[in-house]
Amino acid sequence: MSVEQEERAIRCLVAKVGLDGHDRGAHVIARAFRDAGFEVVYSGLHRAPEDIVQAAVQEDVDVLGISILSGAHNTLVPKVIEGLKEYDAFEDTLILVGGIIPDDDEAELKELGVAEVFGPGTPMEETIEFIRNNVPERA
Amino acid sequence: MGGQKRDGSATPRAPELSGRDAELVEELLGGSHRALARVITRIEDRAGGHRAIVSALHEHTGGADVIGITGSPGAGKSTLVDKLAAAYRERGDTVGVVAVDPSSPYTGGAVLGDRIRMGSNVGDMDVFFRSMSARGQLGGLSMATADAVKALDAFGKDVVVIETVGAGQNEVDVVRTADTVAVLVQPGSGDDVQTLKAGILEIGDVFVVNKADMDGAERTLAELEEMVHRREGPTTGLDTGHHGFDAPEHPDDPEHPDDESEASPQEWTPEVLRTVANTGEGVADLIAAFDAHSAHLRESGEIEATKRRRYAEEIRTLVRSDVGALAADEIERRGGVDRLAEAVRRRETDPYSVAAEVVAPIVDCVETGRE
Repeated sequence: MSVEQEERAIRCLVAKVGLDGHDRGAHVIARAFRDAGFEVVYSGLHRAPEDIVQAAVQEDVDVLGISILSGAHNTLVPKVIEGLKEYDAFEDTLILVGGIIPDDDEAELKELGVAEVFGPGTPMEETIEFIRNNVPERA
Repeated sequence: MGGQKRDGSATPRAPELSGRDAELVEELLGGSHRALARVITRIEDRAGGHRAIVSALHEHTGGADVIGITGSPGAGKSTLVDKLAAAYRERGDTVGVVAVDPSSPYTGGAVLGDRIRMGSNVGDMDVFFRSMSARGQLGGLSMATADAVKALDAFGKDVVVIETVGAGQNEVDVVRTADTVAVLVQPGSGDDVQTLKAGILEIGDVFVVNKADMDGAERTLAELEEMVHRREGPTTGLDTGHHGFDAPEHPDDPEHPDDESEASPQEWTPEVLRTVANTGEGVADLIAAFDAHSAHLRESGEIEATKRRRYAEEIRTLVRSDVGALAADEIERRGGVDRLAEAVRRRETDPYSVAAEVVAPIVDCVETGRE
């Protein structure tokens, strides 16, 4: 087998932002992504938006999944998006938000550039399918 | 990749850099984190184009101290790397980290968890931390890691740390791409120390008993000391007045790691140190040991030999891979390896004849093409 064999894998960052200690969901997602053949970087708990930006930029992820269960999505997500723009990483990162997000907020987040919001009870396959269909093309 | 034409093998010239990639290289050298990250992705994907990129970066490398850290799962590698990075930052060095994690051989998926431990450096962009999964084949990983280290080196990182589980040959190859290798051991892992003998012991320049505040640390330290000195061999001891020089570096008196290079300028005796990564205890001593080893490599001229050996290995791997790809194309042209194998099974031919037939056109080309 050649060492030059092309091995493109979808890279995801599963991120927990802010003061929210509930990461069971993030763990389950991370594992499901792994089993789907993705490479998953997990941020750990209580990360600041700039930490998430640092991780997303350095790891050059295709997908950034932000899990927020604290209700602070309206302050935290825009900061992450701002940071990504600053490092020129916004355009080709698929941004997903998971958590309990009211409909109005969901519309606003999508306006900002979040590709999709997944609420509680979303089947794992749906999220994985969404990623496979929407992962940004790399030139 | 199979049927594609490869410019690299067709001409002896260096791989051509496309306009887009040239831009990427330019941006990386100019300090763009995004470009650095993207280059490492290209390297990881092994998507062909990375060759020209790494080739263009090569002349900008050689400035970084490359340190490999290995050890069994749970030994505290990630935590120690985090503390090391913070300590290097404190003295003004910029740091790159490549953390290699295993991936599932079934799905190819992986959870790269080393980043969770990077608590001391979050938000500090001058620590560039990159997780890599052990995708691909044996040999591919060490090549990808070496190339990623080159990217970080060319970017201008003062120190590049490679972190990997010391589980098998693949990982040993990875960590061998470093100039200085630290092997981490947990206290009370008597059996671990035994298993270290196979393969890992030879590559360690520094041995670290991490979690040294736990029971059994002293004993593990003693065992490692004994093993390190046994590795030196009895003649070394006789030649250099072993006992006289040896006295200051016993575990109860570890504060002069620098003495090492003075004591024996030619031969490096691996140091055995203790750390508590959680609290940062011993990290300063560890860095001093890395510096001492780095100085030793330079002063003894060993660094050139080390680098030559490493580049020789890279050249061999690349050539083997390119020639292998040619052969793979040839196998494909003859109906694929399964068809050939079936013919062998039916006793129509044998593996030696098949191999000879596959290689024959390549041999012809080499013979006519050489002049």
